Amino acid sequence: MVGLGSQGYSATQVDTNTAAKSDTTRSIAPYFTPGTTKKMTPDAKGFIQRWLLLEPINKPNRGNTVFTDSYLRTNFSTEYFQNQFTVLPKNGEKVKVGEQELTWHALESSIYNVKLYRFAYGLRKQVYGVIFWAVTVVNSPQEMKNVRLAVGSNSSSMWWLNGKEALLLSGDRRMVVDDCVSTRLTLNKGKNIIRGAVINGPGMSDFCVRFLDERGQPIKNITISYE
Amino acid sequence: MLSVLLTGTVIAQVGKPFIHDPSTIMECDGKYYTFGTGGGGLISQDGWTWNSGAVRPGGGAAPDAIKIGDRYLVVYGSTGGGLNGGHSGKILTMWNKTLDPKSPDFKFTDAIVVTASDGIEDCDAIDPGLLLDPTDGRLWMSYGTYFGFIRLVELDPKTGKRVEGNKAINIAIDCEATDLMYRDGWYYLLGTHGTCCDGANSTYNIVVGRSKKVTGPYLDNMGREMIEGGGKMVVAAGGRVTGPGHFGRFIIGDGIEKMSCHYEADLDQSGRSVLAIRPLLWKNGWPVAGDNFKEGTYKIESERRGYALELVVDFTRMAGGMRGFNRNNDEPIKPVASQELADVIKTWPTENIGVRIGDYLFRPHQKWTITAVPEAGGYIGGPYYKIVIAGTDRALAATAEAEVVTVPAFTGAPEQLWRIDQLTDATYRIMPKVVPNSNENLVLVSSGDSTPTLAKFDMNSDNSKWNFKAY
Repeated sequence: MVGLGSQGYSATQVDTNTAAKSDTTRSIAPYFTPGTTKKMTPDAKGFIQRWLLLEPINKPNRGNTVFTDSYLRTNFSTEYFQNQFTVLPKNGEKVKVGEQELTWHALESSIYNVKLYRFAYGLRKQVYGVIFWAVTVVNSPQEMKNVRLAVGSNSSSMWWLNGKEALLLSGDRRMVVDDCVSTRLTLNKGKNIIRGAVINGPGMSDFCVRFLDERGQPIKNITISYE
Repeated sequence: MLSVLLTGTVIAQVGKPFIHDPSTIMECDGKYYTFGTGGGGLISQDGWTWNSGAVRPGGGAAPDAIKIGDRYLVVYGSTGGGLNGGHSGKILTMWNKTLDPKSPDFKFTDAIVVTASDGIEDCDAIDPGLLLDPTDGRLWMSYGTYFGFIRLVELDPKTGKRVEGNKAINIAIDCEATDLMYRDGWYYLLGTHGTCCDGANSTYNIVVGRSKKVTGPYLDNMGREMIEGGGKMVVAAGGRVTGPGHFGRFIIGDGIEKMSCHYEADLDQSGRSVLAIRPLLWKNGWPVAGDNFKEGTYKIESERRGYALELVVDFTRMAGGMRGFNRNNDEPIKPVASQELADVIKTWPTENIGVRIGDYLFRPHQKWTITAVPEAGGYIGGPYYKIVIAGTDRALAATAEAEVVTVPAFTGAPEQLWRIDQLTDATYRIMPKVVPNSNENLVLVSSGDSTPTLAKFDMNSDNSKWNFKAY
């Protein structure tokens, strides 16, 4: 991650500022690079940077104060597109959500968090009043018990591991590392699928996800893929 | 320290202290000033009663102020922060020799733009906070909102302009209304987290991280960087006020610090946004908001030995004594009544009675009722109080000999009025409004384990410190 562990960093010398300067070109670069099939592990702090992201679903909300637990459970359990809770989409695949035709993008975040606002803005999609869907595949070399999924998101979000709900982050939230942590979970040997949905009214949207072991340390001996 | 058994109330500043995003409080020619969003601000004659009247041109939002030499530098955001729907903004600085709008010297210099945001980049140019680094005299400004990064830039303390060639540094996310302070080798970055501008539902709260360098990284108590969203709580909602935000530090003297902020909603004042001034405490190197003094009945405990302030009267024994050994343990257990004022007051003199410090047995001559005296005004952070023996009007008073005594009845005389400040270590300083025939600022101290007097305050001595315990 940019700046982590550094003694401060110049906004004009590092990735984030390069990003700021290039905003006017309306690109998802340098926040994201296209997904590849190269072996990829989490970053030095265990954050998962490879994701399939669906272009934002239109969900108008003028403010974020409506994001109560009940509201979120209703709206995150709504099926917006076919096979929403089971599909492992491919890059470029399209889905229909009402009148919207939305595309999945296989991407790698260049920083520890996934800046959904920049994803939408760079693709000239709506940035406010939105729901984002994210999917990734975690490959574990062995079964790992008692791990925890740790998430920060802006704003609210819900996360599933292998089809089971793992976390709900409710309320008008900012993205904070390890803001909410799941109960003890098991990573299966081989493939595991994380799904996430992030909802936001106005403001920037982003999330950061990592697994923590029993001692609260980030899990890094896993690989991340799209399939 | 205050226990949870209090029954008293706490009020915010009095007057019409209605403001949002107050700047750090400035003292100018004996008056106090804070500026807010939208222009203007509040003035106080004593630091307790606040009313509108401060003048700040430029409009915009969320100013800050600092005194450098004999001038005041005021900084504010002209737009940004989503105002008017956008994140394009500018931050400007301007000088004034005085903050008193009635002074002939009152004239702001032309405002100078020191940074800006283009509305697209990961930063809002709004919500500036200033720090004059006491170690080297360099002037720093943090700014920004939830829209991207909090940034740090350097200004020239002589001109208020941006230092030529200075590059902004990203130091945090997830904050608004940041401010910086320095203490004991650490730089502290204060930020407001949570939801703004939603009255009683605002979740605004103030968090902090610290760094050995002003440029960061600022880490919280868990070692998490503020650029990861980290932050340790300084103050959150409580009582009947919600949404503390927009931190400012005000140092009165060694060991006596205050913090200012606004509450998004004071439920006792129509849910309006109000100015708040609270003690600023330091716990293990971290700042945390103290509690404004709550009226109530207390043991006044000397930090020196733990003895309690009491009247110099005969000790009246309670019935009984040690129960003795080898008694039947199957006898019914029943409560023993506490000694009451009526049991002893007839044995007390009716004229002035002296004061000492002694073993606490929760007896009537050791319990003090402390209540505000609204007509007596106040000081920064609180009103003056009277301190009387519970159930009586017998009042603690300073004498012309710089000693303490109790008088039979409270008259409102200034030597019977007391200022109570929570210190940075959470103990309290107790100070008479005046000491007769003296211009010195003296406080209540322990000159021996059992002997109180008035003397100069010394933060490094437990003689100068007291605790209020509600039992």
